[in-house]
Amino acid sequence: MKKNVGTIVGINGNMLTVRFTGSITQNEVGFALIGDERLKSEVIRIQNDRAFLQVFESTKGLRVGDSVEFTGELLSVALGPGLLGQIYDGLQNPLPQLAEEHGFFLPRGVVLEALSRETRWHFTPAVKKGDTVIKAMPLGHVPETQFSHRIMVPFYLEGEYTVLSVADEGDYTIEDEIAVLQNEKGGKISVSMTFEWPVKLPIDAYREKILPTEPLTTKSRIIDTFFPVALGGTYCIPGPFGAGKTVLQQITSRNAEVDIVIIAACGERAGEIVETMREFPELIDPRTGKSLMERTIIIANTSSMPVAAREASVYTATTLGEYYRQMGLNVLLLADSTSRWAQAMRELSGRLEEIPGEEAFPAYLESRIAEFYERAGLVELHSGDRGSLTIGGTVSPAGGNFEEPVTQSTLKVVGAFHGLSRERSNARRFPAIDPLESWSKYESFIDSAAISRARKFLRTGAEVHQMMMVVGEEGTSIEDFVVYLKSEFLDSVYLQQNAFNDVDAATSPERQKYVFDLIATVLGTSLGFAGKDEARKFFTDLRQQFLDWNVLEFESDAFAAAEKKIRAMIEGIADDEENLQ
Amino acid sequence: MKKIYNKILSIAGNVITVKAEDVAYEELAEITTRRGRSLAQVIKIEDDIVSLQVFAGSRGIATNDEVRFLGHPMQVSFSDTMLGRIFNGSGVPRDGGPSIADEVIPIAGPSVNPAKRIIPKRMIRTNIPMIDVFNSLVASQKLPIFSVSGEPYNELLARIAMQAEVDMIILGGIGLKFDQYMYFKNVLEDGGALSRSIFFIHTASEPIVEGLMVPDLALAVAEKFAMAGREVLVLLTDMTNFSDALKEIAITMEQVPSNRGYPGDLYSQLASRYEKAVDFEGAGAITVLAVTTMPGDDVTHPVPDNTGYITEGQFYLRNGRIEPFGSLSRLKQQVNSDTREDHRAIMDGMIQLYAQYQESEEKRAMGFRMSGWDNKLLKYGKLFEGQMMDLSVNIPLEEALDRGWEILAECFEPGETGLRSELVKAFWPAERQETTEGKPAPKTEQGEAAPSEKEGGRKGDAGEKKKEKKTKKKK
Ligand SMILES: Nc1ncnc2c1ncn2[C@@H]1O[C@H](COP(=O)(O)OP(=O)(O)OP(=O)(O)O)[C@@H](O)[C@H]1O
Ligand SMILES: [Mg+2]
Repeated sequence: MKKNVGTIVGINGNMLTVRFTGSITQNEVGFALIGDERLKSEVIRIQNDRAFLQVFESTKGLRVGDSVEFTGELLSVALGPGLLGQIYDGLQNPLPQLAEEHGFFLPRGVVLEALSRETRWHFTPAVKKGDTVIKAMPLGHVPETQFSHRIMVPFYLEGEYTVLSVADEGDYTIEDEIAVLQNEKGGKISVSMTFEWPVKLPIDAYREKILPTEPLTTKSRIIDTFFPVALGGTYCIPGPFGAGKTVLQQITSRNAEVDIVIIAACGERAGEIVETMREFPELIDPRTGKSLMERTIIIANTSSMPVAAREASVYTATTLGEYYRQMGLNVLLLADSTSRWAQAMRELSGRLEEIPGEEAFPAYLESRIAEFYERAGLVELHSGDRGSLTIGGTVSPAGGNFEEPVTQSTLKVVGAFHGLSRERSNARRFPAIDPLESWSKYESFIDSAAISRARKFLRTGAEVHQMMMVVGEEGTSIEDFVVYLKSEFLDSVYLQQNAFNDVDAATSPERQKYVFDLIATVLGTSLGFAGKDEARKFFTDLRQQFLDWNVLEFESDAFAAAEKKIRAMIEGIADDEENLQ
Repeated sequence: MKKIYNKILSIAGNVITVKAEDVAYEELAEITTRRGRSLAQVIKIEDDIVSLQVFAGSRGIATNDEVRFLGHPMQVSFSDTMLGRIFNGSGVPRDGGPSIADEVIPIAGPSVNPAKRIIPKRMIRTNIPMIDVFNSLVASQKLPIFSVSGEPYNELLARIAMQAEVDMIILGGIGLKFDQYMYFKNVLEDGGALSRSIFFIHTASEPIVEGLMVPDLALAVAEKFAMAGREVLVLLTDMTNFSDALKEIAITMEQVPSNRGYPGDLYSQLASRYEKAVDFEGAGAITVLAVTTMPGDDVTHPVPDNTGYITEGQFYLRNGRIEPFGSLSRLKQQVNSDTREDHRAIMDGMIQLYAQYQESEEKRAMGFRMSGWDNKLLKYGKLFEGQMMDLSVNIPLEEALDRGWEILAECFEPGETGLRSELVKAFWPAERQETTEGKPAPKTEQGEAAPSEKEGGRKGDAGEKKKEKKTKKKK
């Protein structure tokens, strides 16, 4: 077949204008040729005989008259066993292999295989000759780290197929033929363990989407108890710079009770993802006893890497997440930051001279964000079992002001909002999720009535605090003052969590229920103090006891001993109060 | 030989267009005018119409001036003989010395593969407690100083440069005032550091676009030295001027601005510079300290805002002090666990109390009566500002931590500090004395009652004593 080749007629930043003759497809991949470098690009607009391509690399040195080779294929990723534990750039280039071959710097125009062609996987067939199959049905499975990786009928095969042959149990590479399928018209299709899928198309090879209800445990108390996330749900973390978005996601990526975590470092600092890359292989996942890296995939397209690839990286990550969901697994995708992705769209839109919307973002920003979060979900597969993809995205609003297009568009579509506040992060109240502004549509594993009582304390406590700033402490009644102290107590021993203490950093649901119960008791006990200083002293001491308690192993002897002390303290003051009344 | 063109089609802002063929994207050209020569860079090609950004500005360019394409993108010389030398925004010597033509390297090269990065681990000590204790600086960090104009940011930059243990210093001045340029030169010279420094200086009196290349020149040279094993500290001042140059070009190119006239890619532009900070495994490192002046003292202004999202923290310089709020070194947790066991606790505890002090101070300013607790906080705040925050304080980290405990002990009971009991046991000055004297607990009460008597607030004192009696009863 003759290659479809166009000619560059314009260069503006990472955008090329290319004159072509044959036929081309929107979103197909082209390669701009410069010496022996092949610069991967994507067609993003077609106008008469001109195509506009965004180049995923630096365009330095390209000239008018240089050639662009069109491939006819949409921008795709390779799916198959071997994805877990990988570190890819936004286009699924494996970064460690790139480093091995090219050293410190990212070379331009190099594309490596995403999956190893040599690794042999132990395949066990799940179908036999003569069976009827449809897309996404397992033909067999291979063990991949701690999972049984389903080898599925490629998702692009529509209709019913008959299995003509299937490989015997044994070791195969991803390229070996493991089955031959026949379609209704008699055509034969050879299937291996890998196939490609275009990143911008959602994978929908399941029976139906189901409303997410089951909580996803993050082990962050303020999230699980107050603003929970559901398996298959969506949530966002907007916050000004330095408020703790990335740290919160890092903690979640370690502790979340899910099968697989996909981390999309999208246009943020390289250093941050390096921490994860270097630490995860050493960290043990308490759920499996294996290294955390074995359940993790990292997509790193950091801020100094090409902007167009940043735009693609979010889709790459989502596609991999959808793929594992098809195996009946619970997948969590953490994207940091969706604002950088939105900015990549903005840069592109600007070069296309599209009519800009608010803050120069393109008019389709809102629908792109909605489409992205829509790819999350709890699904029932054709096999009857369920899988989920949960998406959590950080948002980096300009000036820390949530009244901006990306935050607002995101808030319209997500199921939970963890808004970080500058005030809280300045006061080192971490995680700096604002307990008064944030919300979640999902249900917590803690009784909702108890939570609303606690939230009422936070609200009234904040009001009293406000008032005290105006009328002073002496103008505040002792009752109000105690409400304020109680809300502060709840805040400092429960909402705040020490990310650097191994025990405190991750609180199991059981412990959350247990501790919250005791806190609810403190909140619910009416305490009569002789004066404000006495009240303050009591809560200062109680807080101290609780903080010490928080870092003790759950259900250990020390834990029990500390609890006893705390209970005695509470009883002591409650008695006092009865005497006084 | 490359072709020469004599017909400039348009001149707008600092961008000219010529009709030319076989020109590469980002290629350099030299323009010869009556005033002399200037470099220009290709920023857009549309068929045979080439747009160039002229670094010396377009003032005085005639339509028949000569445009000669050089066949290569912007480059910079690289050699050990650059040490002690001063160059301008195009990389040409401005110190009267010979030009350097050993090896030329491209600027704005590709980014480092994240897989090749390592977790930064080396603390750079500055002997400034607000940095060492509260926001430790780490080798390979990128950190700006946020400041309004008029603050001594360049003095702070120079002081850190002189005290930091690095092999060499590269100063990139963008829109630098002449006296500040001389100031840097003198400080480094007096400190004997000039011979391990390289300056790329664009001064405020030169055309603004000429400053655009400075960060790339400085960082490209830094990268080469770091690859060769050197610890390099890059100082960039002032990145707001750099951003303004970007803005000017964007407006000339009729790009839709995203925010207050700044182009939508400001984040990516700044990030590609700051991300050059790196620690090369088995070789050297680049640490970037920059200055970002905040127009109108507004941190939500697009330049500081985008910078904050890129860098690994920031130091707020206000009223001649590094503010504890907002100031942040995001890499501090990589190093502050290996210093002293009380480092993190002191860092968090003292800041939380300082936040409470500010609230009390606010209440006091509004004329409210101060409680005993307020008075303790007020006392604490004063001590903290005087003995920790003041930029004249020049003490090593350990001494600063000890001083932290002294201040706390002078103002509070251990329980009021929110510090973990085991640390209090180990570091609380009063208790330490007791244990050496071999006396048991109750003495604490005295130790604390003493300072509160000095405070004045009568009501507070009474309350305090009553409270102590009560708690004792309960025990
Ligand atoms: N849970 C936490 N516990 C302790 N410190 C924290 C916590 N979260 C954040 N921090 C502190 O705040 C700093 C900034 O946090 P982080 O990098 O997560 O901010 P961010 O919101 O992602 O900022 P940006 O938008 O600039 O990326 C951290 O380096 C750390 O010092
Ligand atoms: Mg972040």
